Amino acid sequence: MSRFLEVAHVTKRFRGLTAVDDVSFGLEKGAIYAIIGPNGAGKTTLFNLLAGVYAPDAGHIAFEGTPIAGLAPEKICQAGIARTFQIVRPFPGLSVLENAKIGALLRHRDPADAEQAAGETLRRLDLWDKRRQLAASLTLPDRKRLEMARALATEPKLLLLDEVMAGLRPTETDRIVAILKALAAESGLTVLLIEHVMRAVMALAERILVLHHGAAIAEGEPTAVVRDPLVLECYLGAEALE
Amino acid sequence: MSVFAALNGRARWLLALFVASLALAPVAADRYILSVLILIFYFAYLGQAWNIMMGFAGQLSLGHSLYVGLGAYVAAALWTKFGVGPWAGMFAGMAVAMAFGAAIGWLGFRFGIAGVYFALLTIAFAEFTRIAFDHMDWTGRAGGLFLPVRAEQAHQWWNLRGGPLLFYYLALALMLGALWLCAALRAARIGHYWLAVREDEAAARALGIDVFAVKMKAVLISSAMASVGGTFYAFYYNNLFPAQIFDMSRSIEMILAPIVGGLGTLIGPILGAFILTPLGEGLIAATEEAGLSAPGTKAVFYGLALMAIVWVAPSGVWPWLRRKLGLETP
Repeated sequence: MSRFLEVAHVTKRFRGLTAVDDVSFGLEKGAIYAIIGPNGAGKTTLFNLLAGVYAPDAGHIAFEGTPIAGLAPEKICQAGIARTFQIVRPFPGLSVLENAKIGALLRHRDPADAEQAAGETLRRLDLWDKRRQLAASLTLPDRKRLEMARALATEPKLLLLDEVMAGLRPTETDRIVAILKALAAESGLTVLLIEHVMRAVMALAERILVLHHGAAIAEGEPTAVVRDPLVLECYLGAEALE
Repeated sequence: MSVFAALNGRARWLLALFVASLALAPVAADRYILSVLILIFYFAYLGQAWNIMMGFAGQLSLGHSLYVGLGAYVAAALWTKFGVGPWAGMFAGMAVAMAFGAAIGWLGFRFGIAGVYFALLTIAFAEFTRIAFDHMDWTGRAGGLFLPVRAEQAHQWWNLRGGPLLFYYLALALMLGALWLCAALRAARIGHYWLAVREDEAAARALGIDVFAVKMKAVLISSAMASVGGTFYAFYYNNLFPAQIFDMSRSIEMILAPIVGGLGTLIGPILGAFILTPLGEGLIAATEEAGLSAPGTKAVFYGLALMAIVWVAPSGVWPWLRRKLGLETP
């Protein structure tokens, strides 16, 4: 069976440490899927395996039926998977518009077209008014949205979001949740997010994967997963039940 | 010209005035002034070539004298040994310089030699090429290669044989051509990708940018441009010495104008050359007059100028001046 994204028995070791241990899951097109788990559970490593930063030591990753494990990051992006960085990495010396334009140049080779497309993406993410500012001068919430805008400007089929809500106030979180919901509804974008902010996960995700010590300990619909005793013990804590 | 569409009205007038006054300068200027202006244009041109690598793509080269020297030696040798004209020689020089640039780029970018280590690699290539030319009989070894100046060729401008006026307009055309080329590159897809690589390589890769190819394009274009400057140098001065043209101090001299003028800007290399070259030449003239001329005076002066710039305007004179003149795009 060929799913939109298929991750099968993926393992990644760093010297003695097994950061990702035999993880399997799959994504349907148009879904919003979340990966949660305590710090050090291997979420970002799993992301980096999908984004081409690392090659897995074992297992397979297929995107739209094509194997992608071990491809370089730029090839992954060209294939239609865009990612954000947990610690945002805007191009600090360039303007907000130029940041997004560089992303848009992947699918729009003509700079004028790319600028047009970048402008539309910035409007979606409420950054249009700040397009002339240097990325270095933005506040953290704006930088997080710029990180998303730049990734979206590459017009991906699958968007990987690495803790874009971390460190944001609840109003900012709700704003990003609303933007993502609208995007998924209108453009059929598939989203895979790593997130600690359960408020956002519960509002967005159709399915959740829980990682602990590199291994998948639960997978399923949000309401079921948050009642899973193992998940409660490892991650959410008993108080989450209330 | 769409390349200059981004300029506001005031900046366009200033640019037109600047070009017109330089085009008319030979009417009023004497031989000495012309020779200084030729030097200014030459350094502005080379600064523009180097700026593509460092200012745009963020790759520090401290061995650009290599490309200048190869462009000079290849064209000069083809002319003196086989009578091949400088235009064909220029393309041959470009090909050789680009081959060296490709080798350096491939070694550096393929094996992740970055920053100062990449700079060391560029120095090493320039140095061993200098040593090779020091021992190469065919090009006159350390004793130099001389282009014959014959009366019957004195007006063969198409072979770059002629007086100061010919070289004045040639150097002016080089400087303005480089400005146009860099403006076009900066506005194109590749220009944006260079800036992305300069700012953050990992983020650039995540946006689908083939960082290796983008850096290779920078080194190829930059080395080709620098070699054309070398061909100009050979036919202007008519003599070449490996110890002079490949020397590391030449590479350093080349990078001062863009640093002082403003790294990564289009006008910076030109402005920097207009500031540094007249001061340097004036200093030499003044010290000679006073009987104080000592080797290294210019180097000390350039060192002081660089410190002053880093102190007063760390991002260069042009970004500061642009604000003062009201040329910022709104």
